[in-house]
Amino acid sequence: MAEQSVVGAAGRVMAADGDRSTRARFVILLLCLALALSVLLSLTSGASDASAVRVIRDWFTGAMPADAALAARDRLIVYDIRMPRVLLGVLIGAALAVCGAVMQGLFRNPLADPGLIGVSAGSSLGAVAIIVLGTTWLAPVTLVLGTLALPLAAFIGGLAVTFLLYAIATRQGQTSVATMLLAGIAISALAMALTGVLIFMADDRQLRDLTFWQLGSLAGATWPKIATVGPVIVLALSAMPFLSRGLNALALGEATAAHLGIPVQRLKYTAIVGVSAAVGASVAVSGGIGFIGIVVPHVLRLAIGPDNRYLLPASALLGASMLLLADAVARTIVAPAELPIGIVTAVAGAPFFLWILLRKRGVVDL
Amino acid sequence: MIEARDISVALGGKRIVSHVDFAARPGEVSAIVGPNGSGKTTLLKALTGELSYTGTVTLNGRDLSAMKPVEAATLRAVLPQSTILSFPFTVREIVRLGLIGGRAGVLPGEDQRLPERALARVDLDGFAGRFYQELSGGEQQRVQLARVLCQVWAPVLEGRPRYLFLDEPVSSLDVKHQLIIMNIARDFARRGGGVVAILHDLNLTAMYADRIFVLRNGELAADGSPADVLNDELIEKVFDCRLKVGALPSGNVPFVLPQSAA
Repeated sequence: MAEQSVVGAAGRVMAADGDRSTRARFVILLLCLALALSVLLSLTSGASDASAVRVIRDWFTGAMPADAALAARDRLIVYDIRMPRVLLGVLIGAALAVCGAVMQGLFRNPLADPGLIGVSAGSSLGAVAIIVLGTTWLAPVTLVLGTLALPLAAFIGGLAVTFLLYAIATRQGQTSVATMLLAGIAISALAMALTGVLIFMADDRQLRDLTFWQLGSLAGATWPKIATVGPVIVLALSAMPFLSRGLNALALGEATAAHLGIPVQRLKYTAIVGVSAAVGASVAVSGGIGFIGIVVPHVLRLAIGPDNRYLLPASALLGASMLLLADAVARTIVAPAELPIGIVTAVAGAPFFLWILLRKRGVVDL
Repeated sequence: MIEARDISVALGGKRIVSHVDFAARPGEVSAIVGPNGSGKTTLLKALTGELSYTGTVTLNGRDLSAMKPVEAATLRAVLPQSTILSFPFTVREIVRLGLIGGRAGVLPGEDQRLPERALARVDLDGFAGRFYQELSGGEQQRVQLARVLCQVWAPVLEGRPRYLFLDEPVSSLDVKHQLIIMNIARDFARRGGGVVAILHDLNLTAMYADRIFVLRNGELAADGSPADVLNDELIEKVFDCRLKVGALPSGNVPFVLPQSAA
């Protein structure tokens, strides 16, 4: 029984038997350190031999480097390529992991994930529609919204799928998990089919944009992109901690959560809008990056328990670290070329997730 | 006081509860009994605001439908028949959820140990660190009761009585724990709170209830004290089973033995 030995080992730091809050705080502290290390690693590693440490040191000390041209190149690489990429990785990793945890809490199912149930597919559809139709049918939209059009379309696509899914799976206040998963598969397929139609319509230049974007990558990170999607993700994620108590109560069922004094309907809407916004923004800039949303909360639940007050911040930290590490692998493993990060997270995440399932089978009912 | 007038509930176009009047006084245990499918749980869900209903429900004189969830949560706690979890919560974490919205009514600082005290009351001392999903059905039910007790720990808060709604609180329990749980309910009432419980065991009902509401086909068939309500005629009519109500010579508590079936 892995669970019990984990509890036993942590018994030393527990305030009271069965109270894992002390351990959770400790883990969150460790995750902060892990994120700091991941950021440092990401800033210092890459195809180029540019030294982030030297750049940062020069910036702090104001020293004039001996080779001005080399220093300028390094500064460019660190400031304009690696830094936005790292920041984007942190934002998206945190968004995917937190949204996974929130969706799982909302649907009371550890398998719920924006990717699995079609939210990402809806966001993709919205984004692809802007890329392909942005110069023709949707030209007025792109004209008015400018660079905001893509993330906004992805957001609306994700939101539409989430609401549809919720409406289909909910009868008399009870959300059927089986219906939700099956409906999610159907809606995903539909959204992907429509995306396929759009891709069919696309011209060569658009196709290049699409392929690059669909595989999932942080490579397109620039400061203007961060300025566009950063606020959306930050805003959505900063609303999530306010949902944690409600999501905890929701674990007992919607009716019981209401009896505990939780405004359940408001909680559901806030969670849905927040998740759609964050996932939509993430998908808009980085395409589909899978498994962060399932694996990160799952691993953390084993370590600190399902209390969302700790699970959500811990997911943000671990999600950000994991995406940065995956990106570091994606950038270096076939350098100077680059692997799409979606491939890295899937290759690492899928077997890991299976391993967890097999190890846990019979102990915790999924 | 909980007062419900002319309550009707329809589910999927079918009327489950029709025109039921109900009242639960503080200081009393009010039992809802009736055969399977008579609308007991549906009535309870209407009284707790979980299902939409026609008619009026008031909690301490205030209309339930006008209350915010958090206001209702400070006045009453609800124990469902069973609760299944998808996440590996410990017993203590579940019990602590009772402190989310309601107000336990204990001194500041005391609520830190409240989960342990509540668990001790339901005879689950030492279970705090166990995983809820690994417990038996009866143990899970008692964990949920401990959570519900945390929510309204003080039966009277700021002069206002509070209420426990219990849907079959003893159905999956052994006889020792049936008595422990029913004693908790009676104690809650004695200290000024109100208890509304759906019960199947007519003998436990006779022992513990101050007032019984008998449902049959969604309608109120009878209400009153156990001595008034539990008689041969009514039992046969409601439960469609010819039974004899007996009475102990001393205690004057009616009992119904299945062995008396004719």
